[in-house]
Amino acid sequence: MAGLDVRGLSVSLYTRGGVLPALSEVSLSVQPGRTLALVGESGCGKSMTALAIMRLLPEPPARIIAGQVMLGDTDLAALPERRMLGVRGKAVSMIFQDPMSSLNPVVPVGQQIMEVLRRHENLSGRAARTRAAELLTLVGIPDAEARLAEYPHRLSGGMCQRVMIAIAIACRPAVLVADEPTTALDVTVQAQILELLKRLQAETGMALLLITHDLGVVAEMADEVAVMYAGRVVEQGPVDAIFAAPLHPYTRGLLGATPSGGTAGRHTRLADIPGSVPSLAELPAGCAFAPRCPLAHAACTAQPPLTTLAPQHLAACFAALGVPAHAA
Amino acid sequence: MLLEARGLGVHFATPRGLLRAVNGVSLEIEAGETLGLVGESGCGKSTLGRAIMRLVPIAEGELLLENQYITRLEGTALKQVRPKVQMVFQDPVSSLNPRRRVGSLVGQPLSVAGWSRRDIADRVAELLAQVSLPKDAMDRYPHEFSGGQRQRIGIARALALSPKLVICDEPVSALDVSVRAQVVNLLKDIQDRLGVGYLFISHDLSVVENVADRLMVMYLGRVVEQGRAADVLARPAHPYTHALLSAAPVANPALARSRQRVVLQGELPSPVNPPSGCTFRTRCPYAEARCAAEAPALRPVGDQHVACHFDFSEGFADATTGVSA
Ligand SMILES: Nc1ncnc2c1ncn2[C@@H]1O[C@H](COP(=O)(O)OP(=O)(O)OP(=O)(O)O)[C@@H](O)[C@H]1O
Ligand SMILES: Nc1ncnc2c1ncn2[C@@H]1O[C@H](COP(=O)(O)OP(=O)(O)OP(=O)(O)O)[C@@H](O)[C@H]1O
Ligand SMILES: [Mg+2]
Ligand SMILES: [Mg+2]
Repeated sequence: MAGLDVRGLSVSLYTRGGVLPALSEVSLSVQPGRTLALVGESGCGKSMTALAIMRLLPEPPARIIAGQVMLGDTDLAALPERRMLGVRGKAVSMIFQDPMSSLNPVVPVGQQIMEVLRRHENLSGRAARTRAAELLTLVGIPDAEARLAEYPHRLSGGMCQRVMIAIAIACRPAVLVADEPTTALDVTVQAQILELLKRLQAETGMALLLITHDLGVVAEMADEVAVMYAGRVVEQGPVDAIFAAPLHPYTRGLLGATPSGGTAGRHTRLADIPGSVPSLAELPAGCAFAPRCPLAHAACTAQPPLTTLAPQHLAACFAALGVPAHAA
Repeated sequence: MLLEARGLGVHFATPRGLLRAVNGVSLEIEAGETLGLVGESGCGKSTLGRAIMRLVPIAEGELLLENQYITRLEGTALKQVRPKVQMVFQDPVSSLNPRRRVGSLVGQPLSVAGWSRRDIADRVAELLAQVSLPKDAMDRYPHEFSGGQRQRIGIARALALSPKLVICDEPVSALDVSVRAQVVNLLKDIQDRLGVGYLFISHDLSVVENVADRLMVMYLGRVVEQGRAADVLARPAHPYTHALLSAAPVANPALARSRQRVVLQGELPSPVNPPSGCTFRTRCPYAEARCAAEAPALRPVGDQHVACHFDFSEGFADATTGVSA
């Protein structure tokens, strides 16, 4: 089974206000059977990355201007749409944040699953139906046969997300991209869905790219973590290293601002990061985090390179690199 | 006592029958104190908040503000107490009129209350300073501000008439982590300075843990557990609280790997047609015949109050059926 290897992916948005750098040189890799969590605050480019991988970017305004999305030996970024149709939903599939709006409201869920099986697996009629019921059972929907005829609005948010997962894994994808799959759900249902994803991964060995802004979910699920800020990966490494020894001041800020269970009572003050995320139209020159960074110095007006600083652990920060202020 | 609710009930008539959105809820909030309120979507948190604001009809029970009955106040008498209870909403964007400048938004409650222009201007400047917004914010429009700043605008507006109690309904749920911490810290600073009481509604336990003195857990309109926040979080005594805590992800990979997790099976039953007896029994791993027959009353268990027939103050046995590790 192939993993996913994104190399130097850059995406620009061609808007009336100018060309905006939505993604800049994003590199990520997820091995079969492993989970990479892509984290960052609203607007940092997580969904953009997922959509670029799936070749579902809204074009215009978005366009991939550089980089590769390697699935085994195939560069998805260079495939014509005609061939991408055979990949999307089969070798690579995606689940979206809002399950209600990503299912077709006027088609019974069973048919929506069968459609994927028909398109990619050449299953038809009885066989597709049987397989669809199997898939619903697999994702933990009781009484699957009867549920095939159900319309999405008759199901709860958690049930809809299970159906989405059933569709996404119908063809045993090598790579599953899950964009905030539990953000719209209650914690108890979130726990069910996360357990389900883990179980399916253990059974099929798929690579999971899990997009979330919730560091708790990261800690529960990830093997590796990539932290994004303003369209760039600023830190990447094994989950334990990211939490125990974060290298980038932004990652440290995020962790400090997250209550971590049992430690922070009523009378502890959360560490906050001053200011807010810059908009793409107003990115500062050099390191985009510098205006909010306690360690910023003169060198930070240049773009710090993503550099390996510990085993498998990379960061893009001059302070972490030990570059003195006068070196720029 | 700043606020007291006794056996509060709010009912909605729906096409499928009577919905008891809030059912026999009693609570107390003192000045300067924060009562955290948690529970799954639809359990009645916002409705309880709105009942305390007197924005939805109260079907049963009593509400006391500063030891005065306000349950049935109307007209001028109600207008007089209204300023004492204010609300901060989840979505700072949609709760603000986009066509009005920040100064007029924050000052609106004051002009309704008949303040003079001059006094309003002074008070608005003071309020903006209190929430750490620049003074020139007054002349700008909400869309020119980030989510966190808009939430500050909402907070300034809620504070305009010096309320005694502020209902914070998911005030930071729409905010990014880094900004969420700023707003949580701001709310705590304001409380320390002004001594307001908070009813702090959130579905995020980690946020509640950081703000609440006491904690209340709701399930299908009822309180299932109540107590000092530290006690409830450290030693939950209701199976639902236990499951909620266990489901909440912790931002600590080593702890996440080592801990035993209870994953609740099934989904929330219909609130129009709740299960008989204990409404949690259909998802409870410890349910027995008695739970279907008899609704448990809230009673003292360990250091908190719990609505369960059994005593789990010594902990939960994790080997029971229906509980997966
Ligand atoms: N059609 C568009 N036109 C202009 N800008 C856009 C468009 N779509 C997205 N953007 C911008 O691209 C950036 C990346 O957006 P993206 O949706 O990837 O963020 P995200 O990390 O997924 O955030 P969230 O956590 O809120 O989902 C944002 O700054 C967003 O404003
Ligand atoms: N005006 C109304 N008419 C009818 N039913 C209502 C009304 N307002 C709320 N409800 C119902 O009352 C119950 C409680 O809703 P409420 O909004 O208080 O829940 P909540 O705990 O705040 O949920 P959330 O976490 O999603 O905000 C729900 O079943 C809801 O559908
Ligand atoms: Mg997104
Ligand atoms: Mg609500």
